[in-house]
Amino acid sequence: MTQKDPLNVIVTGVGGQGNVLISQLIGKALVKQGHHVTIGETYGASQRGGAVMSHLRISRQEQYGPLIPEGQADVILGLEPVETMRVLAQYGHPEVIVIANSRPVYTMAVTTGAAEYPGTQEVTRTLEELSSAAWVINATEIALEMGASILTNIIMVGALVGSRALPLGPEGLEAALRDSMPSDKLEVNLTAARRGLEEARARVAS
Amino acid sequence: MVSIATGKPGTRELFMGNEAIARGALEAGVGFAAAYPGTPSSEVIGTLAEVAKEGDIYAEWSVNEKVAMEVAAAASFAGVRAIVAMKQNGVNVASDFLMNLNLTGTRAGLVLAACDDPSALSSTNEQDSRPFAKWADLPLLEPGTFQEAKDMTRWAFELSEEINNACMLRTVTRISHARGDIELGERIPPSKEARFTATSPVDFTPYPVPFKHHQMIAKLEKVRELFESSPFNRYVGPERPELLVVTCGACWFYSLEAVKALHAGDRVGILKLGTTWPLPEKFVQEHLARTERVLVVEEVAPFLEGNLKELVGGHLADTGPLTFYGKRSGHIPDSGELNPDLVTKALGSVLDLELEGVSPEYVQKAQQLTGSHTHMRAIGFCAGCPHRASFWSLKNALKLDGRGGFVTGDIGCYTMALGPTGYFQVKTVQAMGSGVGLACGFGNLARTGFEQPVVSVCGDSTFFHAAIPALLNGIYNHSNFTLLILDNSATAMTGFQPHPGIGKTATGETTPAVDIEGLCRAMGVRVEVTDPFDLEGTTEKLLDLLRDDGGVRVLISKRTCALVRARQEEAEYRVHVDPEKCRGDSCGCARLCTRVFQCPGLIWDTETDTAKIDEVICSGCGVCADICPAGAIINEAV
Repeated sequence: MTQKDPLNVIVTGVGGQGNVLISQLIGKALVKQGHHVTIGETYGASQRGGAVMSHLRISRQEQYGPLIPEGQADVILGLEPVETMRVLAQYGHPEVIVIANSRPVYTMAVTTGAAEYPGTQEVTRTLEELSSAAWVINATEIALEMGASILTNIIMVGALVGSRALPLGPEGLEAALRDSMPSDKLEVNLTAARRGLEEARARVAS
Repeated sequence: MVSIATGKPGTRELFMGNEAIARGALEAGVGFAAAYPGTPSSEVIGTLAEVAKEGDIYAEWSVNEKVAMEVAAAASFAGVRAIVAMKQNGVNVASDFLMNLNLTGTRAGLVLAACDDPSALSSTNEQDSRPFAKWADLPLLEPGTFQEAKDMTRWAFELSEEINNACMLRTVTRISHARGDIELGERIPPSKEARFTATSPVDFTPYPVPFKHHQMIAKLEKVRELFESSPFNRYVGPERPELLVVTCGACWFYSLEAVKALHAGDRVGILKLGTTWPLPEKFVQEHLARTERVLVVEEVAPFLEGNLKELVGGHLADTGPLTFYGKRSGHIPDSGELNPDLVTKALGSVLDLELEGVSPEYVQKAQQLTGSHTHMRAIGFCAGCPHRASFWSLKNALKLDGRGGFVTGDIGCYTMALGPTGYFQVKTVQAMGSGVGLACGFGNLARTGFEQPVVSVCGDSTFFHAAIPALLNGIYNHSNFTLLILDNSATAMTGFQPHPGIGKTATGETTPAVDIEGLCRAMGVRVEVTDPFDLEGTTEKLLDLLRDDGGVRVLISKRTCALVRARQEEAEYRVHVDPEKCRGDSCGCARLCTRVFQCPGLIWDTETDTAKIDEVICSGCGVCADICPAGAIINEAV
């Protein structure tokens, strides 16, 4: 498969869900394989429960800027459903691929009753209508089964790699995890990544 | 994992812009690094502190930016290369020293990394710190790529030594906090021969001022000559472009992308400047002479634009008449950060070209399907944040007091008390420590009929940075206010850096912790301490202090930041809502927990119409159990 160049990937979610870790894992692994990678991300105040985004730009030819132009994301990995919808509306186009976690983090407006959160069916339908392929994965539920919701992002990055949307295979992801995880956390993160890969495999096959 | 110290020359690594600056300093043999943390600058010194041991350097978190600049200058005076980093607001703090250091001059290379925050993504302003370089007659470098962030930093030390003056390196969030692959270079070890030697009585002073002023200007002229051949300035495009884009910093990327998107490469040239003060006049003039129209793309102030016009004004015979487009013409927005879309739009409007984007049908469909659900996600205090509890009690105490009391705010996570999760309690926000200064003023308005109680809030790190002089001022001048110190034992907003009250240095060494309570007592004021999670006790203490109109009094609300606690210890409670006791909307509490208290760990279950704990988000602090009038929120000790 010839890769689009630059390949524009957005990882989105809510502050604290582990966006930065995902973009770094993928970025470092791809630089190791000779790609130019640029990552633009939101920090600081946005960490405190705000909407966060990491823009990844992957190229064989040159280094691109840290911000993806509107309507030019090729892949969107969403750790939170409404954030995925938000990013899709701004950066999507009919050919975009979307992989989203199903578990909501309610906005204050929803918690206080001022707004309603869309149901899973509506989320799925919206993502499908605005993309060429959309997967909704129960990553947080899988992470909770594994005993720690914090693994959600690693399950999702496993699913992203399993989707073959990136020029990065499972071995590359495992190597990146071995490189960046402290030894006592490595096994559980490797397992989480494999669970994500399995989720992707089941969908690629179907 | 590759550290910035051990990365091998010639290898390519993915570095954050700030890490690239830190690596550049190490490659230059930096021996001394200092900063007060501030987004987006914190990782420059943070990273150097992490590798201080293996890199064989000294790194510190200073109490504020002025002191950081001073300690770094001392290293330079003694012959040790030094770097100091700060956000744009920090440059204001350091500027008093800077405006005398420039006249004094330096010895070993001294680099000031100023990291600006266009759009104020994590700031109270979006000021452009570049005019400081012009004002102080210091050379200014602006990296346009991650590689340049490293290479320019390394070169800045040499430049500083060439002219014996400090050199300013200015980045923006999209360089400092973005990441890109860079190629590493060789490191040289730091000097081990530090010694202070003054060759004349006024060697390390600005005296005699007119003489040193003249010298300083001569140094800058030398810099201008050096900049004429700098590899950090370059041109891409046709020999005689119809339009010349002049740009710097992250806007270099956006400009490249805009020209590509509009397929305008045969019409438009890009002059990318890395040395933006003083301008290399001959080099710039040559390029200006080859066109008739110029678009200036930069963040945030029209700094380059103004300097280019000044240059053209003095050399019209050489450049010929030029039409300028930019912030002044309205083609580039006058505020906020730029991005490829805004630059493409500006370029398109100058060239009369339309961008072929996503189909309007898709955009419309996306808007229809998502519009009603993508309202703004407001930021707020984290689950378990001690600030939420403090502001809950403060709100209640001010209400019980009933005299129209209000809160002056400061810089830190607690600035978010401007919003719903701090119950809109904070009413003013300006600079570090300013809340206390304002309170001093309000507290001395009694003569003019002012009767409202005044409460100033500031965090522990802000207290050390700039609140102490204002507190002294209030005590000395018989002001009347309550200072509420929100001591969460961290510089939380910028990444949990230690400060003088923690007992640890930047490099992890143990050091005496300055006791805020003891310090305030020594100043002679009434001091109380409270645990913010004790809502009742805190409210009572606050109320008592509000009513004690006897000058300045202090309440220290002490509880470690929830994010720090989560790293150090298990949750205190497993919290759940008893579905038997929560009567939902029939209770009469009007959803006090989710609607008013607003902790993200508490959600409303629309199916059962009762409150619910989101176990993924709840930190187990147990505070919400105290606010439920029905006693339906249950804390189980873990």
